[in-house]
Amino acid sequence: MQYFQKEIETMSKADKRALQSERLVKMVKYVYENQKPYRAKMDAIKLKPSDIKSIDDIYKLPYTVKQDLRDAYPFGMMARPRKDLVRLHASSATTGKLTVAGYTQNDIDVWGDCAARSLVMAGADKDSVIHVAYGYGLFTGGLGMHYGGEHLGAVVVPASAGNTQKQIQLISDFGADIICCTPSYIIYLTEEIERLGLKIGTDIKLKGGVFGAEAWSEGMRADIERRLGIRACDIYGLSEIAGPGVACDCQFKTGMHFQDDHFYPEIVDVNTLEPLPMGESGELVITTLTKEGMPLIRYRTRDIASLNDDPCPCGRTSVKLNKITGRSDDMLIIRGVNVFPSQIESVLLKDENITPNYHINVDRVNNLDTMEIVVELSPNVKVDEVAHVEEIRKKLAANMASALSVSAKITLVTPGTVARSEGKAKRITDNRKL
Amino acid sequence: MIQQIAVFLENKEGRAGDCCKVLKDAGVNLYSLSIADTKEFGILRVIADDNEKALAALKAAGFLSTIVDLIGVEVPHTSGALADILIALENGGVNVEYMYSFAGTDNHAQIAFKTGTPEKAIAALKAVGATVL
Repeated sequence: MQYFQKEIETMSKADKRALQSERLVKMVKYVYENQKPYRAKMDAIKLKPSDIKSIDDIYKLPYTVKQDLRDAYPFGMMARPRKDLVRLHASSATTGKLTVAGYTQNDIDVWGDCAARSLVMAGADKDSVIHVAYGYGLFTGGLGMHYGGEHLGAVVVPASAGNTQKQIQLISDFGADIICCTPSYIIYLTEEIERLGLKIGTDIKLKGGVFGAEAWSEGMRADIERRLGIRACDIYGLSEIAGPGVACDCQFKTGMHFQDDHFYPEIVDVNTLEPLPMGESGELVITTLTKEGMPLIRYRTRDIASLNDDPCPCGRTSVKLNKITGRSDDMLIIRGVNVFPSQIESVLLKDENITPNYHINVDRVNNLDTMEIVVELSPNVKVDEVAHVEEIRKKLAANMASALSVSAKITLVTPGTVARSEGKAKRITDNRKL
Repeated sequence: MIQQIAVFLENKEGRAGDCCKVLKDAGVNLYSLSIADTKEFGILRVIADDNEKALAALKAAGFLSTIVDLIGVEVPHTSGALADILIALENGGVNVEYMYSFAGTDNHAQIAFKTGTPEKAIAALKAVGATVL
């Protein structure tokens, strides 16, 4: 199977442009009529829906930022009444509040199409057994690829995350040929498969995988492909827009094919917000062209990347997203989980045994992300016993794990020793070599 | 009761030395020093000739330090003497958090220990005729 939706995936540039224009014009009218925050934003700059005549006018539209979604928490950004929504997803925002995304049935179907297109790029077809080892839940990874597999008509194994021994047994016994999970988890699975002495090709019949939700390098990709004998595709998504499937690599790895009939990407200068020419690196901004539940106009993803429009030998004509190279905010992705320093701050502020000064050290050890939070003991705390210090540390580690949904090593230090700096403190050291 | 200073030290090269240098510069004389350590941090415990002065100097130098009351007891230099003291404490229902010895005399060693129930400890020690410092 070469394509899931050939007509759209190989559409000529001119036809695509026309489709995008038609959809954007409709979308802008729709958001103006149905989403109060957009009506307010457009009224504020005296922009009328009729001012948007084609995709070329997209730069006239106001940006949307995560704060807009937080301000509208939980349902203020929905364009449809609750009876029309069929699903809510959520991801962590900066201070403990979640960012909510509501989907109509049509939104779920569109997302399913995009995830199915991605699976086909990884080599899946209707006969495939697709093993989904992303977590199922509010996080979009599990359910996103699950529906993608079902849309394709393949057999989906909803293994979810954890219990590696069982995962390997399922992959082997059910003869999975496609796998979906985070890049670090596939490396871990590979190590376990090798440790158990299972034979690639006979015990393990995987031939492709889509891996996303965290940063990974070409070196990691080559390693995964060599050790498992598979095609490893990078997949992109974000819960505000749609989960995995917004863009995905094909076998030629010329960049992730952006599903630009549904999601229109732009790259803008991080400081001036001016649109940048094709190929230049900046912040990725996405406009949903067909979404009903919670359309977003020029949503600033905070991901730093570039686009390319070079022809791809696979025949797909979409614009392509090059690897994400960083973030324009201070969000960290630790083992696939979004972590904002402000979440860490709010936990520290509640603990009287420590000061609010901290430093985060991130590293990758044996292909797994590690996070250390260095925290100062409060000058008022009286410690003369090791057990007392351990108690403070353990309590903080537990509170942190529950707030962040990912564990962190807590290191306690003498008050006044965490570096202070003027203005914006440099609180993060990321030593991951990707 | 005797007093000791407890200092929190992260496990970094030279921290204990820095701490002792602060005490030296303050002109404080140490009677005892012990360290409880883990992989990541340690707690240095010292008894000085002038604990208030030592504490002030350590705090001024940025060390997280605190004064803690301990019970001191003389233990004769005879075999089994420490065991007898510990048995007496145990029989008295006294829980010892930590203990260490410090400079004694020719005839006696001196032991300092921390307990959550000092009154009970003193009573138990006096009951067996031990000399509480």
